[in-house]
Amino acid sequence: MLLTALVIVGTLLILASIYSISDNLIQIEAKKQGIDTKKNNLSLAPSFKDFFGKPAPANIDPKNYHNLKKGHDIKLAGAATGFIIKAAVSRYALKPTDYRGIAPIPRMEVEVGEDVKAGQAIFFDKTNPDVKYVAPVSGELVELRRGAKRAITHLVILADKEIQYAQSTPPALNAERAKLVEYLMSSGAWPLINQRPYDVIASATQIPANIFISTFDTAPLAPDLSVSIAGKEMAFQKGLDVLNKLTSGSVVLGVDGRLGKSPSTAYTHAQGVEIHYFNGKHPAGNVGVQIHHTKPIKGSKTAWTLKPEDVATIGQLFINGTYDASRVVAVTGAQVHHAQYLQTYVGASLDELLKGNLKEIEDTRIVEGNVLTGDLAGQDDFLSSKTTQITTIKEGNYNELFGWLLPVTPRPSVSNTFPNFLLASHKFEADTNTHGEKRAFVVTGQYEKVLPMDILPQHLMKAIMTGDIERMEGLGINELSEEDVALCEFACTSKMPLQNILRDGLDLMREQG
Amino acid sequence: MGLLNFLKKIEPDKKKSPFLHTLYDGFFTFAYAPATTTKAGGVHIRDGMDLKRTMVFVVLAMQLAYVFGTYNIGHQHFVAMGQYLGFLEGFHLKLSHGLIKLLPIFIWTHVVGLGIEFWFAAKKGHPIEEGFLVSGALIPLIMPPDIPIWILCVAVAFAVILGKEAFGGTGMNIWNVALLARVFVFFAYPTSISGDEVWVGGFEKAIPGAMVDYGWAHNIFNSLFGWLDIAQFDFGASIADSFSGATPLALASKGGWAAVTEQFSIAQMWWGTIPGSIGESSKPLILLGAAMLLITGIASWRIMLSMVLGCAFMGMLFNAWDATPFMSVPWIYHFYMGSFFFAMAFMATDPVTASSTNTGKWIYGFSIGVIGLLIRVFNPAYPEGWMLAILFMNTFAPLIDHYVIEGNMKRRMAPPSKVMNPIQSATADINETSVTYE
Repeated sequence: MLLTALVIVGTLLILASIYSISDNLIQIEAKKQGIDTKKNNLSLAPSFKDFFGKPAPANIDPKNYHNLKKGHDIKLAGAATGFIIKAAVSRYALKPTDYRGIAPIPRMEVEVGEDVKAGQAIFFDKTNPDVKYVAPVSGELVELRRGAKRAITHLVILADKEIQYAQSTPPALNAERAKLVEYLMSSGAWPLINQRPYDVIASATQIPANIFISTFDTAPLAPDLSVSIAGKEMAFQKGLDVLNKLTSGSVVLGVDGRLGKSPSTAYTHAQGVEIHYFNGKHPAGNVGVQIHHTKPIKGSKTAWTLKPEDVATIGQLFINGTYDASRVVAVTGAQVHHAQYLQTYVGASLDELLKGNLKEIEDTRIVEGNVLTGDLAGQDDFLSSKTTQITTIKEGNYNELFGWLLPVTPRPSVSNTFPNFLLASHKFEADTNTHGEKRAFVVTGQYEKVLPMDILPQHLMKAIMTGDIERMEGLGINELSEEDVALCEFACTSKMPLQNILRDGLDLMREQG
Repeated sequence: MGLLNFLKKIEPDKKKSPFLHTLYDGFFTFAYAPATTTKAGGVHIRDGMDLKRTMVFVVLAMQLAYVFGTYNIGHQHFVAMGQYLGFLEGFHLKLSHGLIKLLPIFIWTHVVGLGIEFWFAAKKGHPIEEGFLVSGALIPLIMPPDIPIWILCVAVAFAVILGKEAFGGTGMNIWNVALLARVFVFFAYPTSISGDEVWVGGFEKAIPGAMVDYGWAHNIFNSLFGWLDIAQFDFGASIADSFSGATPLALASKGGWAAVTEQFSIAQMWWGTIPGSIGESSKPLILLGAAMLLITGIASWRIMLSMVLGCAFMGMLFNAWDATPFMSVPWIYHFYMGSFFFAMAFMATDPVTASSTNTGKWIYGFSIGVIGLLIRVFNPAYPEGWMLAILFMNTFAPLIDHYVIEGNMKRRMAPPSKVMNPIQSATADINETSVTYE
């Protein structure tokens, strides 16, 4: 009896040692050859990941496939569907307020009443006079609206029926970097480039470590960016080629890796770029999250971020020297009759885009962008250049009897105290009610559940509130932009204004340099 | 909408009577969710979850413990007299005696606690916060049934004023408010609540032969029962000779597991028909509440799981050491005695006083498990450690978080893998950052 036990244990020990030694030999050999054993999983032992977590689809290099577990998809009613319809819009506006980091009263290059061409410079910022801000369409500059403290808010253009383009001569792609930058600035393409940290217009004095483009949007009711890029594939590729000349690192494309999605070949077959696939719930499509999982921003390094259609605009400039401000806008939300895609240009009039489509004017909120990060549209407003989405939702200015305890109407929530898991395919008609009052931070860990980044959002927010710059930086404020914490703000039990807090922190960081 | 219009009509003036307005606001937002909408510059839709809902779900999770605890007060009372030994025998008597004992504790806790909350809210000009909803529901459950009401009131006032409002109100406190009330009673009035005496309520003294201590409330119930022609409270009854009044933990500290099983069966301890604090005794009902908190995601599973692991680890360590009778109690039975599950489900998981980082929660829960059992086994005066262990770890939670945060910062600030000498790295910086274009 004892003998058999000894024999069994002995055999097992011998087998284990053979296994262990051979595994070690592989590791040593790999190290000699300079192969990263962890990344390539060069081990006889299956790693933890092999048992749990989804494997990457067969055609994708597992190194470039990121399966994000955290996050939450807010399912709202009114997603845009169908063909792209050409919108009949006569008025467009350039909004200086769209550009973060410029003075509130920019210098005008054109007077009210003058005619402009698409791509002609309209204004510039006095601190950075080389960067021009250009007209999206041709026509007559008919109105200059001012807001608080005489800041210019809208420059309204009455568009020509047939758009006239201002012609410029692009430099060759193999020109030196300075020439390319100069052309991007004078042609009006520079403001399309955002820079992290701070999420502001890119600084010309710093070469970005990498350039990131997220080619899908996971926000509620967000437009399908594969639809928007259709017909602009060549311009997009050209834009990527240009961007490749501007960075010391690489251009990184974040592509939709979710099940059942078929991203445009403009993205999946892009040349000269690093393609990373992301699978997960919102905010997997946020460029900040993608940066965090590919090449995180560290130290004094900066990164640039662009939207796919903006890349195509840059590409078009280098193809024939014209500024193509055409955009596909998704009109979404439960308050429109037809949620649809509209073909128009940057800065189109919201009134004209929504003409005859709204179910009711009263008690409807029009949001430029998605419900998490969008701007509240004012009276007779124009679509911001930052977004290609309009969301319409009901205002929620009503009292609800025991609304906190027994909600009568279904509402989106990350919390399991609502039986939303029973309504897996339900599309919510959310309204703007806050569903509660603001409180101090009480619940912990709820932000971490919806933010797929190695960041402690609550502690970061507290550091910002107390103005502790060292801690803000240490906790990763430079990796974040408002859109990344927007879902945390939605989920917040204490109804904290996280996006405002984060922006205060980013502004403070930028002031301190 | 008649009620809504009526409520809006009677709103008191904020300037003339701030206290009344605060009170009104508290009750109005309780009845109706406010009509506020999201503002520009943030999200446009908000999650349906708010602090009221969070808190009330914790209170709901405790309700089974409340129902059982109330009945168990009566059950223990009659078992001490040797009457109605079956659990459901004398149902109406046990229930009414339980209510007579519990209701004053519940009501006075809320009168004192909420009164102080309202007063501070009015004084500071902020809306009434929901923190006391949970504290107020927890405090009666962790008190002995025979606690003098004045001691209870002083304890609640101490916990709310010094434990919470002094730090700035809900969300700012360092220690668990309910446990502070309990620890205040424990340290300030040791003679009147410690020992085996107080765990069975309704007698002049908890020794064999002592007379029952009934009051006017029992008289009222008696006339009702007389009218219904069912059994009544017997004002001449006294405690049976076989009564000891000791809790399982007190027995275990004296004579180990053998002494415990002499008096109580394992099933009794598990189902909770034993003397103890009002809400702590029934393990399955508490676990149901814990399951509700875990499913709804309100309480942290990390804290609960790590606390079980910590307690089990320490129990096994003691079993291996085996120096005193209490140490030799099989580790699994530590879960059957005392209030481990209650502390785990409702006390340690308080998000304000627990560690706020996910890594920190593992350390925090595990340490509570270890320290709590340490106190239970080594402290002869008070063989229950969770209260002290949780308060102790509350104190250290910020320190744990501090190191977790430092770790996160270090990870981010990690120097580049290639180590350069200072001159090289300085020139590299210049090359990278100060490229200008003329």
